[in-house]
Amino acid sequence: MNAILTIAGKEISDGMRNRWVLGATLLLAGLAFALTFLGSAPTGELGVKPLAVVVVSLASLTIFLMPLIALLISYDAIVGEVERGCMLLLLTYPVTRRQILLGKFIGHVAILAIATLIGYGGAGVAMAFGDKGDAQSWQAFATLIASSILLGAAFVALAYWISASVRERGTAAGISIGLWLAFVVIYDVLLMGLLVASKGWISDQVFPWLLLANPADVYRLLNLTAFDNVRQFSGMAGLSEQAHFAPLALIAALLFWIGVPLALANWKFARSES
Amino acid sequence: MNAIGKIVPPDLEADGTGAVAIAARGLGRHYGAHRAVDGLDFTLDAGTTLALIGHNGAGKTTLMKLILGLIRPTVGSLKVLGVEPAHAALEHRRQIGFLPENVAFHDELTGKQTLRFYAKLKRAPRKQCSELLERVGLAFAAHRRVKTYSKGMRQRLGLAQALLGEPRLLLLDEPTTGLDPASRAEFFQIMHELSDRGATVIISSHILTELEAKTDLVAIMNTGHLAAFGPLDMLRRQADLPVRITVATPDGPAAVLAAVGGLVQRAVAGEDARSLQLYVHVEDKLETLAKLTALGDAVADLDIARPGLDEIYRHFSPDAAKAAGDEA
Repeated sequence: MNAILTIAGKEISDGMRNRWVLGATLLLAGLAFALTFLGSAPTGELGVKPLAVVVVSLASLTIFLMPLIALLISYDAIVGEVERGCMLLLLTYPVTRRQILLGKFIGHVAILAIATLIGYGGAGVAMAFGDKGDAQSWQAFATLIASSILLGAAFVALAYWISASVRERGTAAGISIGLWLAFVVIYDVLLMGLLVASKGWISDQVFPWLLLANPADVYRLLNLTAFDNVRQFSGMAGLSEQAHFAPLALIAALLFWIGVPLALANWKFARSES
Repeated sequence: MNAIGKIVPPDLEADGTGAVAIAARGLGRHYGAHRAVDGLDFTLDAGTTLALIGHNGAGKTTLMKLILGLIRPTVGSLKVLGVEPAHAALEHRRQIGFLPENVAFHDELTGKQTLRFYAKLKRAPRKQCSELLERVGLAFAAHRRVKTYSKGMRQRLGLAQALLGEPRLLLLDEPTTGLDPASRAEFFQIMHELSDRGATVIISSHILTELEAKTDLVAIMNTGHLAAFGPLDMLRRQADLPVRITVATPDGPAAVLAAVGGLVQRAVAGEDARSLQLYVHVEDKLETLAKLTALGDAVADLDIARPGLDEIYRHFSPDAAKAAGDEA
């Protein structure tokens, strides 16, 4: 356990020093503040709940950004260290490969958590001073922060799986970008095309499960359909009737998307010799 | 190729508390048809220093990885400090220090932070970090980031890291590449201190001359095999290489050749015919010298060279010698 924390601590201090933490925090904070204050202006007069609108906009942006940040900080976690020669030395220390992987995972997720908590949390505090929003919206906002960290963790785990499976850093970078495009951009377009082309026969039984097959869509469902007052603004009201999963089931799906790639990364890493 | 060096029978009963640090028996690591390491039999007593010599690709690093337990033998057996390294408990690794070839660290951390990280993993006392930085001559740069370090400074940090926790076995893979002569001397000084305290040290190199007389034993590896193993003097005797006597001959070589021609194995005249190199069997050395000195003015000066590690290496590893010579 001590070895895991030592490695996690080093990963965090590495992140602090090479400005990943700072960069990600500023990016997320900038977005959150921009959406908070731009978002309230046009809707405030209509008497809707601005916080719910902020949650919808933030969630939509997080789907693009969080996987990208997560992949960027972690794609070379294993192959990069093997290439530079750090891993060879580390493996001669009294530490197992699993401890190295878990330590790095905790460290990288902590970096994402710090950035999200400060970035989004800061915007939340600013909104609280304006005293807008009801209990349910705040619950949705808290869910947004927690699930954003989980989404990041899922992509960190996926990046480790890639990083443990390839021999060169460049390959890991390429596959990571491809993975981001596939899950965040292409998947939904393909799914939509499929729905249109199938003229309805695919819908009711299969469609919800196809959404679960993509961590970004799980996150989308969780944040845009789980809370009534958010759902109104999300344009997902129709979708949520088809794909009705309990929030806990969606969180379980995200945890699945963290656990399975991490287990695969561990398996790949254990099999490799360096 | 000459006979393989005398091999000490491996003591497989070694229990780690006794005097044997490493025992290899028929040890091999094959990658398909490629035999990176093959048929190694040797025993290394605790407290000895071993120079592991061979060209790149001779199997030095593979052998080190086997000893470290990073890879498993595909044939034969290996015991390190009494246990099989690939199956040893994690605790076993606390007794071993390793300096890899081209050691790499995280550039953003300072030297001190880097050492603290490794000390925590090895559960070495925290105060050792400052002591070790002092010892390898890096105290002045302890709070500078590693990315500002020169190659030599990184190598020193690598050594400091390997010394954490006072290891019983120290493996140094090409540790002196990139070091200036003064640093090299300090390096060997530290190695000897450790050895005096009972640690076993294995140091690999393809630069042969720098290791001469620095270690108790020499192992010469060639294409995965152990071509020779033993004290340098023993290898010198086994190789049975001639002594080289260089004679300054102001009057030309004829008189000298006439006097000692029957004793020398080979004679090479210098380009200006004012010097002569004589290759003489060790047993004929004194007689030859006596005859040379009796020649009076025909011999102005003479110089005797015993075969060095370079020549011995070339002898045991004829195909590889050229490649190594090019790199050195």
